[in-house]
Amino acid sequence: MALLELEDVHTYYGAIHALRGVSLKVEEGEIVTLIGSNGAGKSTTLRTISGLLRPRQGEIRLRGKRIDGHKPHEIVEMGVSQSPEGRRVFARMNIQENLEMGAFARKDRGGLAAEYDRIYDLFPRLRERRLQNAGTLSGGEQQMLAIGRALMAAPRVLLLDEPSMGLAPILVEQIFDIIRTINERGTTVLLVEQNALMALGIARRGYILQTGEVVLSDSAAKLRTDPAVRKAYLGED
Amino acid sequence: MDEQVLQTVIIGLSNGLIYALVALGYTLVYGILQLINFAHGEVFMLGSMIALTLLMALGVTPGMDIVTTIVLIVVVLLITMTISAILNVSIERVAYRPLRNAPKLAPLISAIGMSFILQNVGLLWKGPTSLGFLDIIPNTNVLTTIFGLDTVVAVSYKQLFVAAVTIPLLIVLSWFVSKTRQGKAMRATAQDPDTAGLMGIDVNRTIAITFVIAGALAGAAGLVQILYNNTTVWSLGFRFGLNAFTSAVLGGIGNLQGAVLGGIVLGLINAFSDRYLAAQWTNAIVFGVLIAVLVFRPSGLLGQQAADRA
Repeated sequence: MALLELEDVHTYYGAIHALRGVSLKVEEGEIVTLIGSNGAGKSTTLRTISGLLRPRQGEIRLRGKRIDGHKPHEIVEMGVSQSPEGRRVFARMNIQENLEMGAFARKDRGGLAAEYDRIYDLFPRLRERRLQNAGTLSGGEQQMLAIGRALMAAPRVLLLDEPSMGLAPILVEQIFDIIRTINERGTTVLLVEQNALMALGIARRGYILQTGEVVLSDSAAKLRTDPAVRKAYLGED
Repeated sequence: MDEQVLQTVIIGLSNGLIYALVALGYTLVYGILQLINFAHGEVFMLGSMIALTLLMALGVTPGMDIVTTIVLIVVVLLITMTISAILNVSIERVAYRPLRNAPKLAPLISAIGMSFILQNVGLLWKGPTSLGFLDIIPNTNVLTTIFGLDTVVAVSYKQLFVAAVTIPLLIVLSWFVSKTRQGKAMRATAQDPDTAGLMGIDVNRTIAITFVIAGALAGAAGLVQILYNNTTVWSLGFRFGLNAFTSAVLGGIGNLQGAVLGGIVLGLINAFSDRYLAAQWTNAIVFGVLIAVLVFRPSGLLGQQAADRA
């Protein structure tokens, strides 16, 4: 049984049919990437999984148990957390408070101290600035905070929406290294990216999304060499 | 300082603290829903009527011994705060939550409708005329009777009572919002409700808690109104509520410190205008100041972003 599974998911924004029957699977321990151009429905897929949008049709299952139709906070409690597009840190709260909010759904308050340490070890820059308001951080630091905050929930599946967006190349490398580390420590990752090359470099498998539909899915290695993918998403002629 | 000026400041501060309590309710709700809860003034008005009813039912009269009086006032305060909190959260449940995803104008109209309904509840319950209440707390000057100072400046027991109720509430609220888990969840929800949901925060519950707090503060202000100004009437929520709302805007709507500052500034403007101009000019002055602030500093004295909105 897949850890996370979407089956024929249709999501609408009012009258706009944004997801047209998306099906995908994420197995325990994988990094799976979802690639596509602007408006393909990548963020919509993650927002639907997290319960911010309700699918009008289809099923979303976590370990075989349906999670669609639940509220966002319940889905976090079930083990799916998200670092949203644009980072969305709480600008007028400090780093420590942002991380505390990330752990809001956790029942085991005792394990929190250790969790803060793990996050701060992963992102030493955040530890230095932990009483600083998140709004004063640089884009890269905010991205680290957004990922750290999502990890505070100790999720089974971590959803990452465009973690490389707007970052300098050296920071992008750093963020991807961290995603790999997070995965090696046992967290399953569903990664949405426009930077297809980097995403396919760390993922095991990938799905290509186009106007709300999965048009291609394969191992990351095969997608990297697929001529159509190279042309459309890796910037080759 | 001129004794008359000092006296005016004392009167202004006392009234300002009551404005601040009600202004906080407007600003808390605005911070989290971007909704001007027009029914908030009416919760304050009904709070004052509930307090009045309870005081009379418990037979609180002037000249009772001090301990009994204090105990009964505390009991009435707690009951009034509880009922007002329940009332306010019920308003949210009935009139605002069903409209959560509707265009912004819909809940605003719903709030105005709720305000009219509650005014009429007050009118039906207590009738059209102003209700008075006796001075339970003496109006005598603390400075001369207790401290034996030789001064014409007066701080009455009633004014001490206003401070004794409002200042601890302001401190508790500030602690709650800045230090507790639930308070932080309120701030997070005010900044970004979708992302708050992604953190595992139950957004609807957090909004409900905000209305509970706002309602409790309005209830406390209702009791203070009865014991300090000794009067209430069905239209009190509109008149007083407008002043409190102005305080919230003056300080920077959505900003908690701003609401307190705005309330105190408004109280002082009121007092100085009453004393040095004429009472009939006071409203014109107050709203003139409001317009000036909106024109020259639209985000209010402290601004919406200056501190944590909640």
